[in-house]
Amino acid sequence: MEPALKIPDKGSPKPELKRRPDGSDPADDPAAPQIKMFAKSLRAWFGPAEALRGITLPIRKNCVTAIIGPSGCGKSTFVRCLNRMHEVVPLARVEGEVYLDAENIYGPSINPIAVRKRIGMVFQKANPFPTMSIRQNVLAGLSLQGLRCRAPEELVENALRKAALWDEVKDILDRSGVSLSGGQQQRLCIARALALEPEVLLMDEPCSALDPIATAKIEDLIHELRESYTVVIVTHNMQQAARVADFTAFFYLGELIEYGKTETIFKTPQDPRTEAYITGRFG
Amino acid sequence: MDSNTPKKQGGSLGESQSNRGASWAEKTFLAICYAALGLPLLLLVVLIVDVVIDGWPRLNWAFLTNYPSRKPEMAGILPALVGSAYLMLLTAAIAIPLGVGAAIYLEEYTRPSRITSLIELNISNLAGVPSIIYGLLGLELFVRAMQWGRSVVAGAATLALLLLPAVIMTAREALRTVPHSLREACYALGADRWQTIWRVVLPMSLPGILTGVILSLARAIGETAPLVMIGALTYVAFLPNSLKSPFTALPIQIFNWVSRPQAGFHTNAAAGIIVLLALMLALNGAAIWLRVRLQRRMDW
Amino acid sequence: MSSETAIPRSVAARIPLRAPRSLRERLVGVVLLVCAACSVITTLGIVLVLIVETTAFFREVSFRQFFGDIQWTPLFAKKHFGIWALVSGTVLTSAIAILTAVPLGLMAAAYLSEFANERIRRLLKPSMEILAGIPTVVYGYFALTFMTPLLQKFIPSLAGFNALSPGLVMGIMIFPTVASLSEDAMYAVPTSLREAAYALGATRLATTFRVVMPSAFSGIGASVILGVSRAIGETMIVAIAAGQQPRFTFDPRVPVETMTAYIVQVSLGDTPTGTLEYRTIFAVGMVLFVFTLALNVVAHRLRQGVLKDSVQ
Repeated sequence: MEPALKIPDKGSPKPELKRRPDGSDPADDPAAPQIKMFAKSLRAWFGPAEALRGITLPIRKNCVTAIIGPSGCGKSTFVRCLNRMHEVVPLARVEGEVYLDAENIYGPSINPIAVRKRIGMVFQKANPFPTMSIRQNVLAGLSLQGLRCRAPEELVENALRKAALWDEVKDILDRSGVSLSGGQQQRLCIARALALEPEVLLMDEPCSALDPIATAKIEDLIHELRESYTVVIVTHNMQQAARVADFTAFFYLGELIEYGKTETIFKTPQDPRTEAYITGRFG
Repeated sequence: MDSNTPKKQGGSLGESQSNRGASWAEKTFLAICYAALGLPLLLLVVLIVDVVIDGWPRLNWAFLTNYPSRKPEMAGILPALVGSAYLMLLTAAIAIPLGVGAAIYLEEYTRPSRITSLIELNISNLAGVPSIIYGLLGLELFVRAMQWGRSVVAGAATLALLLLPAVIMTAREALRTVPHSLREACYALGADRWQTIWRVVLPMSLPGILTGVILSLARAIGETAPLVMIGALTYVAFLPNSLKSPFTALPIQIFNWVSRPQAGFHTNAAAGIIVLLALMLALNGAAIWLRVRLQRRMDW
Repeated sequence: MSSETAIPRSVAARIPLRAPRSLRERLVGVVLLVCAACSVITTLGIVLVLIVETTAFFREVSFRQFFGDIQWTPLFAKKHFGIWALVSGTVLTSAIAILTAVPLGLMAAAYLSEFANERIRRLLKPSMEILAGIPTVVYGYFALTFMTPLLQKFIPSLAGFNALSPGLVMGIMIFPTVASLSEDAMYAVPTSLREAAYALGATRLATTFRVVMPSAFSGIGASVILGVSRAIGETMIVAIAAGQQPRFTFDPRVPVETMTAYIVQVSLGDTPTGTLEYRTIFAVGMVLFVFTLALNVVAHRLRQGVLKDSVQ
């Protein structure tokens, strides 16, 4: 349990953390894990185009939640809204609420930079900083925030170990981050995010540019990360969702069509559109 | 011309027909085109050869290390060289922070608005203002209003304002080459805008910015009119020793010698021009070298 | 919970979400805005300086004296302030420059855009840029000591200082501006238009002149206008090679004085600040500024038009 559950100010409703939020959560049962994040009526725009049309979705603690759906369904936009990255793009706009523990990260006087320090993110295309070495890349989050670290070597090793990259790079830590292969670069980006000890890790199609072997490594990694992190992964690959996720949400045209335990979604989908998508009839 | 090699747009479609029977009209036209391109380039060669023939005999160590003199064969360009060096360093020190700062503001710090489009329109207009008008501004603002006198710092400030539009434009282009994904990676790590710019965007765009700035300085080193306006002296028998000290510069010295009727001074002018062109060439070479070197380090 | 890391989880969790936006972030924004504002301040400074000094000038000299006279002798005992003498010098040298640069520039642009292959194009465009990078004082030397003696062999009546030689050299100097910008405009003409012309049986030459050039008209126009603007503002070439004798003439063989050359002439002398003679350079500068600004604005509009067209 988090020690400081603060109630958001000015009558904005406190999310009912333990209860079925609005009936759209068939996965809810008394044994279900605690909710770490909660999106409520989340709407997002790029200029005039509405990318998300009111999403309400819980993200459960120490679980992997997969977001699936055909391209253009708003799944990437959704995870970018979870750490306030959506607004980095010009003309992008967000409405609604997203709770991290009990605090609305879109509330007034919330500093988006502080939000991003607690919610890490890995992008579709590996993006290590080309001007930094592997070591500097891992420490980038700390040095960018101007934090001093007592034992940097230990931190680098821990983060790289967690990202299952340590054995491959321990002797070349001073080489440029972009000298690694694509899969290694992506794991370096994961290590970079993990070095900050985030509470939630968002992954936006982390394997879409990787070969099957690299993909398998990252999927194993996600399995392990679940122990200590809450993970949200966007994927266009349904097998991947089935392999790594505890819960799965299906998005279509900016709306949440169905959410539930992964096996429920894949075995007994309720909505015909979900069924059509997972059986490969569109998308 | 070889119309067999593959090429981009336009003409490529007509190749088959033009190959078979390029009409005499087309041949004539092409001949005129070659002349139109060749004539200016030929004149460039003639200009350089002419200057070298005129000035080469005069070019020796004494010419580089002597002070100006009434006798052409005794005169040298030492104060002009030192003055130009001072001027370039000071100009860079003023123009780089201002120009890069403005570029960062326009590219990274603000979203398109009426104010930014006003600033952009203003920059593009400033780029077209004749350099002598900057001289008038420098004369009134730096020499008179700020009471810096006819000094190195007044000259450098004037040149810096003259360079500002070019520096801003090249810096903006360099900033635009940094992929957006790296900025996002930075934001996602909880960095704020300035940390993102200082730690990631600027290091990556440094080669482009430096190259652009050096190329601008290579142009500025030949600028004459604004310095004439703010009153760079034409006869200086000392080296500048402070920001406020009077000065001369290489192009001013050349202008002075060209304006004299005696042939001996024209020879000096030619020799001075060789030095000036060599300096510009060196700066251009430095810019290219720097870009290649820094880029290689970055790609690894 | 991971207790083995250097930063314990509890630290990260304690980062308050409500931390105020850092002061530095706002401070940096202000500093950068000031940098960007410098360019605007420069413009305002130029306009202010010119207006203040020009107003002072016109308190002593009437508009009639300024615009209604063709003699310019403010440095003599018997003063005349007829700006047309200087304007004619500027117009004459600029006209010669434009008549040199535009035909050469357009031919070069047509060749590079429509006929040359990519390799030649990539070789020649930077070579032309060298021409634009030569310091103007060097061009001045070239005009005075090479071009004028050369021309005198063909035109014996040509004076040692004249409008023709600096005009021609100035034409070479602005040739890259005209060629490069026109080439950009022609290169941007969509291929579909050329295809349409070829489909009608047109030759490459006819396509270039009848289809490509008219389509790129506003871009070509902008390049010519920018060339004119540069010629008008060019200082050192004319100051060195055209002479310092303001006269209302359109004879390219005799010495003339341009607006820019006059400003240089005064600032080289020991004219005390605050005198009427000193203020004349600001009045002349004002005319120069208005001319070039107007041309630049027109060129800018034309190029904006090109951009809008190519988007459609």
